[in-house]
Amino acid sequence: MSIDTDAPPPPAVTRDAPAPDLVAVAARAGRSRRAPRWARRSIAPLVLLAVWQVLGSTGALSAQTLAAPSTVLGKAVTMTADGTLPSALAVSLQRVLCGLALGSLVGVGLALVAGLSRLGEDLVDATVQMLRTVPFIGLIPLLIIWVGIGEAPKVALIAMGVGFNLYLNVYAGIRSVDDALVEAGRTLGLNRRQQIWHIVLPGALPGLMTGLRYALTVSWLALVFGETINADNGIGFLMNQAREFFQTDVIVVCLLVYALLGLLADLIVRALERTLLSWRPTFSGT
Amino acid sequence: MATDLQRNVRNSTGAAVLVRGLRKSFGPEVVLDGLDLRLEPGQFTVLLGASGCGKSTLLRILAGLDREIDGEVLVPGRRAVAFQAPRLMPWKKVWRNVVLGLPGRPDRPLADRVLAEVGLAHRADAWPKTLSGGEAQRAALARALVHEPELLLLDEPFGALDALTRLRAQRLVAEVWERRNCAVLLVTHDVEEAALLADRVLVMRAGAIVHDEPVDLARPRDPADPAVLRLRSSLLDRLGVSGPY
Repeated sequence: MSIDTDAPPPPAVTRDAPAPDLVAVAARAGRSRRAPRWARRSIAPLVLLAVWQVLGSTGALSAQTLAAPSTVLGKAVTMTADGTLPSALAVSLQRVLCGLALGSLVGVGLALVAGLSRLGEDLVDATVQMLRTVPFIGLIPLLIIWVGIGEAPKVALIAMGVGFNLYLNVYAGIRSVDDALVEAGRTLGLNRRQQIWHIVLPGALPGLMTGLRYALTVSWLALVFGETINADNGIGFLMNQAREFFQTDVIVVCLLVYALLGLLADLIVRALERTLLSWRPTFSGT
Repeated sequence: MATDLQRNVRNSTGAAVLVRGLRKSFGPEVVLDGLDLRLEPGQFTVLLGASGCGKSTLLRILAGLDREIDGEVLVPGRRAVAFQAPRLMPWKKVWRNVVLGLPGRPDRPLADRVLAEVGLAHRADAWPKTLSGGEAQRAALARALVHEPELLLLDEPFGALDALTRLRAQRLVAEVWERRNCAVLLVTHDVEEAALLADRVLVMRAGAIVHDEPVDLARPRDPADPAVLRLRSSLLDRLGVSGPY
């Protein structure tokens, strides 16, 4: 059905009101001719890289200050070929995984105890909240005194960073579960154990994911700190050794490896979120 | 549950709900004071009242959600509640929400049957957050029905729905109730809803039931029926809202 818009409407109830001036709402021109977003975004990094390379090649930037990108790339290839980089990477990854496992176990465990019961909250939460104000990196000297200079202090340092982050977010996640849902569960006849399993824990999952993301970031940070102290292998050890000989190319290669590992961790968390939180309509899986 | 102690009381009264001398206070504020109520099996009772009159408190007590009370409250063992917000678990598919709380493994065929009863079979595998308001409310109704309640408690279940969806949902509740033959207590502030659905209307004010009226009109009822309109305006009078706009 179409209506003749130019003709006045059929007389129903007429009111004595002035007709307003009308302005046209112009359709906006398409934006298809512009460069795609990703291309525009990569301009600045590419320019920076080019400037860095030019400065390095012309000698304006000495290799002792900062090696040129091409040198760094070459170094990365040699280090991979002669096995130094892969073996160091393996050692560092192992430290992070051990620290993550230990920290997750303790952090999530304590969060469950504190989150699910009043008694647990009173026993655990205040203490953890107090301890977390201590910058854990500052504990390195104590850790060395307690557990020596082997693998233990490095793993412990990572575990602490991971544990605190997971604790805070999982605890907050549990406590932010909508009470109305728990109440609905009670009217459905769910007992306490079933309420936790069907309502509280799934509701705390977004908190767990946030915590995991922070925990992974912090674990690399803790790794860098841990490995620059008394390490005889690992990525941080390579960096320290390179410092002694002004090998800036090696240092940059190691930094790149750290960055790539961080990126990889983020991808893993995103994939986890995609599967575990697919019920959230706000999640745009890209 | 609140009925654990009372379940063994032999029902010689023939009532579906029996409340005697119910008193409930939040600190110094008395919300319900010496309330008596008897609901008959199979009857559709509408509890009408303005916000804050204590009607939702009464419903929560009957649902067993609030047990810090004085007085005697007898309710059937099989009760179900649908709230104003659907309160579906967002991390469970619709059909799993419907059978949540039933013993044993999640029973898909049962969920499908009940969802079909409320006209939502096609959304069984949807995530709750993708449902429209009316669909979510129907899912919540299915979740209540799956328990085969002897008493169905509805706390303003149509309050958040748009006018057209609300009409459809009201009709659905009327159909389901006639089929299931359970006692229904519907709490609302919508007078027209009361006039369309009730066998009996209770008007509540300041924690007490101030008016109790049987509604003997043929079903299904037409909102434009003069008898319905008369009832509507007399109920508005009872609530202290009357006269044209």
